[in-house]
Amino acid sequence: MASTTRKSAFIQGLIAGLPFLPIGIPFALLFGVVATEAGLDVAQTVGFSLLVIAGAAQFTAIQLMTEAVPIWTVLAAALAVNLRMAMYSASLQAHLGAAPLWQRICVAYLNVDASYALGVQRFEEVPETPVSDKFAFFVGTMTLMAPLWTLGTWAGAVTGDAMPNWITIDFAMPLLFLSIVGPMLKTLAHLFAAVTSIVVALFFGFLPSGTGLLIAAFAAMAVGAEIERRIGRA
Amino acid sequence: MTYSSAEIWFIVAVMGVGTYLIRFSFLGLIGARKMPDWVLRHLRYTPVAVLPGLVAPLVLWPAATGGEPDPVRLIAAAATLAVAWWRKSMLWGVVAGAGSLWALQSIF
Repeated sequence: MASTTRKSAFIQGLIAGLPFLPIGIPFALLFGVVATEAGLDVAQTVGFSLLVIAGAAQFTAIQLMTEAVPIWTVLAAALAVNLRMAMYSASLQAHLGAAPLWQRICVAYLNVDASYALGVQRFEEVPETPVSDKFAFFVGTMTLMAPLWTLGTWAGAVTGDAMPNWITIDFAMPLLFLSIVGPMLKTLAHLFAAVTSIVVALFFGFLPSGTGLLIAAFAAMAVGAEIERRIGRA
Repeated sequence: MTYSSAEIWFIVAVMGVGTYLIRFSFLGLIGARKMPDWVLRHLRYTPVAVLPGLVAPLVLWPAATGGEPDPVRLIAAAATLAVAWWRKSMLWGVVAGAGSLWALQSIF
């Protein structure tokens, strides 16, 4: 019985992750093209996607490497882009902290914007889900995307072009994330947190390496928590 | 590229390890212990605090138009958010957003 629900949780995760493939695959191809054009060899390019598995940070690093800045500047800027994932990690702890260590090790590797957004949405919707099912769902969301991210990078690195019509999908990512956020706006606190996030992120948009987004996220969390503290979870 | 092959591998390795540790941090080290209520109260807002700020610049200054605000994309984004919120459904949000983007782009 338990293994049946775990299997269906995995399948549900797999299905939930499908809409991200038409975005992730062209992104992976593009990274392969851009990185090899910047001077990385195929192994280094594929290594990037396999080990880092974070699109925005990878593009940031390549961009800075073409500008020949010091190595530590590349690392600091690219890792700063990924700092939001510490927030994802803390947020997932409430749902997956009780999972065995090996499962948390897997979840950490697969913790990206899409899997986090899909996972946390599902965990909040059905909080009584057993931890093993939550793990199965989370892994499901990335079972296709994670290998395709590396494979797509390899394909882009080897072919050097073969770009799909990239302009038409440029807006798919914002639309997908907005459609995930919509149902999450359940309370006044959530709504005000989201508005704060947008306003502050746009205001600090000029700051490098996603620093503005971090400020926006902290401000928005504080606003949400403060409203909840005053009026409760209504 | 002005870096040696070893330097490039160094960048890849440090970014890989650093990114992994960022992702592992709280989930790995705190484990099953319960965080204080005030921390949990903040963390409940993580998705709505990060994701809107992440996409807001992409919506307002889309790369495809060279960063010029585009009414069609703004309307499609608003439709996505509104319908996803109203129907409490990601799927309906995507349908509304992609549908309005396609319809408006074929008109204008």
